[in-house]
Amino acid sequence: MNPDHHSSLNPSSSLKSRFTKTFLRSLIKINKQRPFPYCPREIFQRCHRVKTAADKSLARAAGSRRVWSRAMLCKIRNRSLRRGCQQRPSVRRIIIGYQTTKKGYCLQKKMSDDQEVGTDQASKLRKLVPGGEAMDLCSLLDEAAHYIKCLNTQVQVMRRIADIHSS
Amino acid sequence: MSSRRSSEASKITEDEINELILKLQALLPQLNQRQASRVSVSKILKETCSYIRKLQREVDEVSERLSQLVDSVDITRVDIDSLITSIIQQ
Repeated sequence: MNPDHHSSLNPSSSLKSRFTKTFLRSLIKINKQRPFPYCPREIFQRCHRVKTAADKSLARAAGSRRVWSRAMLCKIRNRSLRRGCQQRPSVRRIIIGYQTTKKGYCLQKKMSDDQEVGTDQASKLRKLVPGGEAMDLCSLLDEAAHYIKCLNTQVQVMRRIADIHSS
Repeated sequence: MSSRRSSEASKITEDEINELILKLQALLPQLNQRQASRVSVSKILKETCSYIRKLQREVDEVSERLSQLVDSVDITRVDIDSLITSIIQQ
């Protein structure tokens, strides 16, 4: 079986391979950083680092054409900035862009058509999908579908890595 | 005049929304099995929310499992390329 041929036919398998490569690289970095966390705080920090690496790798693998992946990467960058890890001006511009999207430049706030579609459920969905607050209903549904597909891939790959290493 | 145009525009959006809702239904495991002809939109949205929450919980659980493994296993010794290939081909 030729893996390249397989990935050109099936776009979701190239998402899988992109995510796998990026995530494994991050895991190796985490593995090298602190080999023996003893206190519970360090254990918790390592778990958080693994989860952040997984989300970052997934958002990168999904590509910048999706609103949810861009929003996820912004959130991760803002979080690390608030901790004072990075102080690059280019990263600061990203924060400003994300904040203005949230506040003023929301795409469509017309919810009149959405009354029949259940605004409560739609607003719950907006909170779950990254960047969902600033989307109109059509984009929200489209992004949610793609987000679910990517989450499935993420869980599948991470479980496979865990299974391989625990045996 | 403008009312007809706006109703046409809202009809197009409604069709789009229905199509997207059907696409979502196809992704949800619980609703797909029953093959019911008409599942209400709010039920689909509710299932979508709970499915996303479930997947996010699973990611948290497997992250915790991996962080414990990362501590115990030296990943650098494993052949990365064969590992990647075995994961992708599964």
